[in-house]
Amino acid sequence: MTFFTSFSSLALLIVVIAIATYLFSRRKVTQAAAADHVKPHSLARYYGLYAGAWALLPAFLVLVVWTLGSQPFIDANVQTLLVQAYPDLEKGFLDLKLAQVQNIAAGLIESQDETLLKLADDYAEALQQASNLRTSIVLLAMLVAVIYAYRRVSPALKARILFETLLRRAFFIAAAIAIVTTVGIIASLLIEAVRFFSQYGLLDFFFGTHWSPNVALREVAAGAADEDVGGSTGSFGMLPVMAGTLLVATIAMAVALPIGLFAAIYMAEFASKRVRDVVKPTLEVLAGVPTVVYGFFAALTAAPFFRAIGLNLGLDVSAQSALAAGAVMGVMIIPFISSLSDDVITAVPQSLRDGALGLGSTRGEMVTKVVLPAAFPGLVGAFLLAISRAIGETMIVVMAAGVSAKLTANPLESVTTVTVQIVMLLTGDTAFDSLKTLSAFALGITLFTATLLLNIAALTAARRLGQRYE
Amino acid sequence: MAKKTGIKIKAADVSVHYGDKQALHNVSLDIEAKTVTAFIGPSGCGKSTFLRCFNRMNDVIPSAKVSGSIQLDGAEINDAALDPVLLRAKVGMVFQKPNPFPKTIFENVAYGPRIHGLVTSRREEQDVVEDSLKKAGLWGEVSDRLHDQATALSGGQQQRLCIARAIAVNPEVLLMDEPCSALDPIATTIIEELISELQKKFTILIVTHSMQQAARVSQKTAYFHLGELVEHGTTVDIFSNPKNDQTEAYISGKIG
Repeated sequence: MTFFTSFSSLALLIVVIAIATYLFSRRKVTQAAAADHVKPHSLARYYGLYAGAWALLPAFLVLVVWTLGSQPFIDANVQTLLVQAYPDLEKGFLDLKLAQVQNIAAGLIESQDETLLKLADDYAEALQQASNLRTSIVLLAMLVAVIYAYRRVSPALKARILFETLLRRAFFIAAAIAIVTTVGIIASLLIEAVRFFSQYGLLDFFFGTHWSPNVALREVAAGAADEDVGGSTGSFGMLPVMAGTLLVATIAMAVALPIGLFAAIYMAEFASKRVRDVVKPTLEVLAGVPTVVYGFFAALTAAPFFRAIGLNLGLDVSAQSALAAGAVMGVMIIPFISSLSDDVITAVPQSLRDGALGLGSTRGEMVTKVVLPAAFPGLVGAFLLAISRAIGETMIVVMAAGVSAKLTANPLESVTTVTVQIVMLLTGDTAFDSLKTLSAFALGITLFTATLLLNIAALTAARRLGQRYE
Repeated sequence: MAKKTGIKIKAADVSVHYGDKQALHNVSLDIEAKTVTAFIGPSGCGKSTFLRCFNRMNDVIPSAKVSGSIQLDGAEINDAALDPVLLRAKVGMVFQKPNPFPKTIFENVAYGPRIHGLVTSRREEQDVVEDSLKKAGLWGEVSDRLHDQATALSGGQQQRLCIARAIAVNPEVLLMDEPCSALDPIATTIIEELISELQKKFTILIVTHSMQQAARVSQKTAYFHLGELVEHGTTVDIFSNPKNDQTEAYISGKIG
């Protein structure tokens, strides 16, 4: 019995039926055409694809709907039983009990509690029934669809056109999923952020200069003693956190922008083909290094290095500094900027270069006076995209920038960033409805809005470049 | 008939290779000063390649190799020690497709004089721009909008702007690589009249696909085929009495 109800065997069955439908439909149209001495409207395989798609689609739809819909339904039933069993418990504890029941039913934990065991049995049985029901419904839907499609298959059917329509819809759905997901992410952020702002003032959040969300790691932070002002509720002024983000991003761009741009100019305008073939892929390898590896590098190599230099110069450099995190982040972004800028510079028409050289410009004059101004909008776009990456980057700053929220412009001190705070707020033991965790969503939506605006600006700039040379 | 005014350029035994492929075979040709010389021939015959030898624009193509001798007023331009940047100030070029820089009309014309240090004051710069635009026959159309983007001009205006840009550095020779092929007939007529006017001051070499154009604007014509100079002489002779069968076939429209 379990063979026919398990998910993988059901999937296998669906595929087998679909292939059979394909083969039979193809054969049917070939034979019918031969018997009537007519030429089918489409190639035989389109009839197979048409009927095969009909076999797959309803089954797939039912599966998706079932998977999304059945679990909450069963949970709700068990919840009712739980309330009957434990009439005195609070909502939070009921959720806990539900999780226990689910785990017992799945065989993950054991229990001696009679009530729980009984509930777990009920739960397991409900799951089993749901699974049986699923298999029946899926197969029924498939059967109906296959019969419908198979009966329609005849040489006169415009299978090629119908299959084309089907494909077009499939492409549309794929595109729509990306958009729906984005909307879903924004919505989930927004809902939690709204909950935060219903308990905490908008102005206090955006313009407050004190950030002390009562993090577990707070003792580690420098100057922790005077941060107790907020008390147990914490205080959520995001300015110090935003300032830290901007400081690190500025340092990163100060490193990445000149190096990336100059590397791109070199590759696009000066390097021989042989040099370019080596340098360009090498630079792009940098882009493939996981950010956590950059994090190691920042924390273990760059930070002590800057500290040592600082000591020699008589400067007090913190062990975790905005400088170390920003510089390494800059290195990470170099290939991003150089690759985008290289594309933009290469897109400037050769005729402009010829024009400049033909007037007796040196290559340097050609680049600075003609090519770069022509590429300017696209370069701006590339930089904006890079900035939006810098402020969204998490791993390097988590490992190298620090966690103390200080309102400072000194790159030698440790700072914290929006992304670091989100990580801090949402890791470890947290209740999901406390002000502290909710503040992470407020930070998240702020960060999201900032990067979204930067990306829109970048795309607009790039489009303006495109229009110029159409 | 053009009157004799002396030889401006002497090309001797010029060959060009692109990688392994030879695009031009041992071409020798003398160019007269203040004369329009047209290079004609079917596509791929090497006429544009030859034109690009006169301001060393083939240097821009990494695989190109030029051999032979080209003397401008007796000075060798293929000399490795010669700076092509200085040569190109003396030998200006107008390209097939109008290629104004994405700057204002004024900036386009002022570009050359600025990089070569030909103007020292704002006043001088304005004079050079006005003078060049007048010579290119564009002044009347743009004098009230010098600070508009050059890319907003029509194709024919853009090409005249490119001519103005080229003559603003006061070159001695002007190379034109099919300057009218991207233009409509009216704009073409204007440019052709302009070429006849410019001929009084400059030595002009023009590559063209249109035999009528060669006949209208040039005094000398050179016919190229498969990278070789087949025949050259006065335009009247080439068109009325070609000595070579290939030349006759081309100008009478049998090949090409």
